[in-house]
Amino acid sequence: MVNEVCLRTLDLERPWLMEQYQSRGGYEVLKQVLTEKRAPEAIIEEVKKSGLRGRGGAGFPTGLKWSFISRNAPGQKYVVCNSDEGEPGTFKDRDILRYNPHQLIEGMILAGYAIGATRGYNYIRGEFWEPYERFEQALQEAREAGFLGDNLLGSGFDFDLHTHLGGGAYICGEETALLESIEGKKGQPRYKPPFPAHFGLYGRPTIINNTESLASIPMILEKGGEWFADIGVKNSGGSKLFSISGNINNPGVFEIPMGTPFSELLEMAGGMKDGRKIKAVIPGGSSAPVIPGEQMMDLNMDYDSIAGAGSMLGSGAVIVLDDTNCMVKTLERMSYFYHEESCGQCTPCREGTGWLYRVVHRIESGQGRQEDLDLLDDVADKISGKTICALGDAAALPVQGMLRHYRDEFQYHIDHQRCMVGAG
Amino acid sequence: MTDKLVTIEVNGQELQAEAGIMLIEATDAAGINIPRFCYHKKLSVSANCRMCLVEVEKVPKPLPACATPVSDGMKVYTRSPKALAAQKGTMEFLLINHPLDCPICDQGGECELQDVAIGYGRDVSRYSEGKRVVADKNIGPLIATDMTRCIHCTRCVRFGEEIAGIREMGATGRGEHMVIGTYIEKSVDSELSGNIIDLCPVGALTSKPFRFNARAWELTQVEAIAPHDSLGSNLNLHLRDNKVMRVHPKDNESINETWISDRDRFSYEGLYSSDRLTSPMVKKGGEWKEVSWEMALEMAAASLKEIGDGDQIGTLLAPTSTLEELFLAQKLMRGLGCNNIDSRLRQGDFRMDATQNSVHWLGSSLSDMDQMQTVFVVGGNIRKEQPILAHRLRKAAVNGAKLHYLNPIQIDLNHRGDQDVCTPGEMAGRLAAVAKAAGVKASGGGASLLGAAKVDESAKQTAANLKAADGALVMLGAMAQAHPDYALLHTLAAALAEATGAQLSILPTSANSVGAQLAGAVPHLQAGGTAAERAGLDTLRMLKMPRKGYLLLGVEPGRDFWNGSLSMSALQSADMVVAISAFRSPELEACADIMLPMAIFTETSGTYVNAEGRWQQSRGVVRPQGESRPGWKILRVLGNLTDQPGFDYIDSQQIHDELHKLCESSTLDNKQAEPQNLEPLLSADVLLRGGDTPLYACDPLVRRATALQQTQDAGSDTIRLHPQEAARLGLDGSDTALVKQNGNQIDLPLQLDERIPQGCVWISTGLARTSTLGQPFGEVTVEKA
Ligand SMILES: Cc1cc2nc3c(=O)[nH]c(=O)nc-3n(C[C@H](O)[C@H](O)[C@H](O)COP(=O)(O)O)c2cc1C
Ligand code: SF4
Ligand code: SF4
Ligand code: FES
Repeated sequence: MVNEVCLRTLDLERPWLMEQYQSRGGYEVLKQVLTEKRAPEAIIEEVKKSGLRGRGGAGFPTGLKWSFISRNAPGQKYVVCNSDEGEPGTFKDRDILRYNPHQLIEGMILAGYAIGATRGYNYIRGEFWEPYERFEQALQEAREAGFLGDNLLGSGFDFDLHTHLGGGAYICGEETALLESIEGKKGQPRYKPPFPAHFGLYGRPTIINNTESLASIPMILEKGGEWFADIGVKNSGGSKLFSISGNINNPGVFEIPMGTPFSELLEMAGGMKDGRKIKAVIPGGSSAPVIPGEQMMDLNMDYDSIAGAGSMLGSGAVIVLDDTNCMVKTLERMSYFYHEESCGQCTPCREGTGWLYRVVHRIESGQGRQEDLDLLDDVADKISGKTICALGDAAALPVQGMLRHYRDEFQYHIDHQRCMVGAG
Repeated sequence: MTDKLVTIEVNGQELQAEAGIMLIEATDAAGINIPRFCYHKKLSVSANCRMCLVEVEKVPKPLPACATPVSDGMKVYTRSPKALAAQKGTMEFLLINHPLDCPICDQGGECELQDVAIGYGRDVSRYSEGKRVVADKNIGPLIATDMTRCIHCTRCVRFGEEIAGIREMGATGRGEHMVIGTYIEKSVDSELSGNIIDLCPVGALTSKPFRFNARAWELTQVEAIAPHDSLGSNLNLHLRDNKVMRVHPKDNESINETWISDRDRFSYEGLYSSDRLTSPMVKKGGEWKEVSWEMALEMAAASLKEIGDGDQIGTLLAPTSTLEELFLAQKLMRGLGCNNIDSRLRQGDFRMDATQNSVHWLGSSLSDMDQMQTVFVVGGNIRKEQPILAHRLRKAAVNGAKLHYLNPIQIDLNHRGDQDVCTPGEMAGRLAAVAKAAGVKASGGGASLLGAAKVDESAKQTAANLKAADGALVMLGAMAQAHPDYALLHTLAAALAEATGAQLSILPTSANSVGAQLAGAVPHLQAGGTAAERAGLDTLRMLKMPRKGYLLLGVEPGRDFWNGSLSMSALQSADMVVAISAFRSPELEACADIMLPMAIFTETSGTYVNAEGRWQQSRGVVRPQGESRPGWKILRVLGNLTDQPGFDYIDSQQIHDELHKLCESSTLDNKQAEPQNLEPLLSADVLLRGGDTPLYACDPLVRRATALQQTQDAGSDTIRLHPQEAARLGLDGSDTALVKQNGNQIDLPLQLDERIPQGCVWISTGLARTSTLGQPFGEVTVEKA
């Protein structure tokens, strides 16, 4: 039961082409919706039923998000797809863009139909050149086939779609920074509320969803919300793309049902490299708190299971670490990332991420002080929940997670000015 | 906005607040203090500093009070352990990269960061890494930067975008490397730029002229009224040792809100110019001699009496004088039989005087300006005439108002608006076209122009927008009033307003332009603002038909006049010129025979009546310099010495009260009968000079404010002209050209400028060299130097 939704055409020769996509029934559900003039409310209802939760990291129910848009409000509305994929460890959306761009396009058109938007933007990470070209080519094909433009298939519904290539800043993946960036401004998050559903792109009602969320829509509408929900488990409908990397034999992207045991995923990915012992797993992108390997081996890949262990499923980026890894060094690298990527707008994140990094850095370089671990906890605590966007939390969480499970390793560094892991 | 009230509870105290306002507005109104840096009531909410975090019941995270709307039943704790922890956390973060050397910071003692740190900071810093250092940039003569101190609150950035309407400051870089600045090293040129000094909560942006001159706690604060433009912005003066050290705005929602223009902020520097006249002086055999007050006053009184025929005297009064000075000066002179009294020194045409019997004014209250739906400005560059008024017009434009401009130069707008640009000679014709489009019949003063006018799309649009608006103004700006056909522009504008239902607005140009009319400091109105029994000569005729003697009050020959060279020749040919003045200048010394040193702004008490007719009083708060005396006292003694009754005032309040009584039934009204047979005086077919009075060239005080004089808006002694006009005149490639006007000639540097209409060359007035030429709008020849 793999590759049932977003990667369902992966076995085809050149799945990114229109004819290939259509050979699997692609665009059929769009045609149906348009010709039957299916009620938008019914579509939103179906998405709610599917249990689809946002695949960008926060896991917010997609159907519920769509229902916040006042469909009948006059004026322009927008659908925006978040293909910025900047979270370290995450590389699943790239594969959707590369191998199944038409399903994303179809999903976005359907989303536009559901909320009454006539324009869509796909914001693609700046470094994704090949995926960008694939997506552009698919847009061209879709336009030629009459799936984009005015009066789609004679239905009276207009929808067009454009790509926007980012500049490579992680923060532009945050939905409101992304909107600012499309508007041509500096990518800085906006304070919420108001949420994009009320004040989005150019101040108009907007839904913004992750690539995987939107690419799941055609299958949900084709086979029904219940079908989708049943693939997964309670509270975690459907299947999910996991991008697994680290000290494993076969890193890559796997689409598997929600609730699949982690051990199975690890097996699909070829198991631990060189047969080494699993030390820890970061289960949902770099901002998800680390989970010790042994504990992880008993968990399932769904929202509740991972949350129960004090972490989060996030974007489904699974980073596996074996026992050669020094946790201080690992955290140093992560803290450096958030320090570098903070947009600098709000005080706790601008000043705090640098402070966190510098303290971890000095512990790593043998200059740690006894009071440093409490200081790290305290600074992380002063950032979390007090910033404009979740990047502040994302910077604090890994610190808190590492200190929860590996405090002794940090303490060792401070006491002995060196690493307890031989290879570290 | 809804007017619905909700009830919230803050720290156990129940409050009523308008639904939808932010929590911080509600607590501010109730006097409950929540610390903040980025929030400012006049700027958009950015919620970036996180200093205002408070606890709200049932919400797990602390919320920013500046960005959290109140809702019914909300329970808020601003000083609970959770709220305090959040606030202290933010404070600690703000301080880690902030220099802790307050003793050498110019903001020390009035720094919001320092103040809040005392309440929320720690004693010892836990941050031991190197602090961030940011290179400073030179952003011009008014604002000093110390960007290492910046806390990134973006108030200055938002001010530029939202208030000044030009993006001058911005944030570049990310994270800790984010830097606030001008991106490329350039000066900040907004005429409102100084407000970012007040907005900046720390010592990152400070006043360059004031910097390191005094500490906040050494200063005493007193109120004053700004003495330049017709707004009468409210000021707080900061004094030390009998000296004005700096000027800040004083909030007045219905005038200047929380802002002031750079002119009002920095002109105080002129008070301390070495040009101050500090003792009475008399010219003897071409030499200036200091004399006693007694002697000077007696000589002045005697020489005024000696002329005998009052009609042989001209009285020229600065429109920036106090109301008391203006009133006493005209009372003195009318008492001596002289009706030749004027304060409209830069006006170009007085043909309207004959039928004017009420006081001209703005035509609207200042606060109604923001609500206008259409404004048609004729001959006005409001931003560079009266910056705070322009801010209100900009607010109207941002709210969707249609703004139209008809000018002899393309101006820089900071809002959306349509500009019709033509030569000075074509202006009346273009205005007639708009009036015709609005249905004005060819009759009255502008008949011939109306008859000939060609109505085009733009004229139709302007007329239609005026008609459609609920709240519209036709505004005559400074360039219209300086136009030699002002009477025609006035007549046409009045007819246009009448036909469209708009208000006619005659923008008063100076601090007391309205006051001067009420005080009788114009030839056709007497004190009380009603038609004078016997009208005298206006400024232009007083100069064109030189008088034997003149009394000058606060006036600088040459630079303060519409026609600089004419003013010099008339005054120089007089037998006797008595000048009451705060400053000396070579031009004044060349013309005057007696100079009486006058106290000015801040040194004397007095009243200003602003553009909307509001009377505002300023006190004398510092001692006059040297031997100078308040103008009203000088005039009182002259009244006594010329044996006139009714000059026994004890203080300026008595003068104020006397005039106020006379004005009890006076009204401000722009309606008047149209004079007949107005023919255009300015030819449309010759090369014309166009000229404005630059923002910082308008009166003797600003002209001596050294920092302002180093800015762009000080203007320059140049000829600006369109590249094609330069080519037509055979001037391409030249750096300078020879200008001839009214028999005077000078050579001036040449600047190509596509904003100048062809058929016209632009030479500003009020400047050192250009004021030796003639009128701002008139025939001119330009040739190779
Ligand atoms: C710092 C930061 C970076 C983010 N980067 C991404 C991203 O690259 N891709 C993404 O889909 N969502 C990203 N998000 C989440 C988005 O803000 C948003 O929640 C998401 O696009 C919503 O789509 P979904 O509901 O379909 O998940 C990021 C959030 C934060 C705070
Ligand atoms: S939390 Fe960080 S990234 Fe997010 S707005 Fe604040 S400074 Fe920018
Ligand atoms: S310079 Fe001052 S006003 Fe501007 S962002 Fe920095 S601290 Fe705020
Ligand atoms: S004042 Fe509220 S966040 Fe700055």
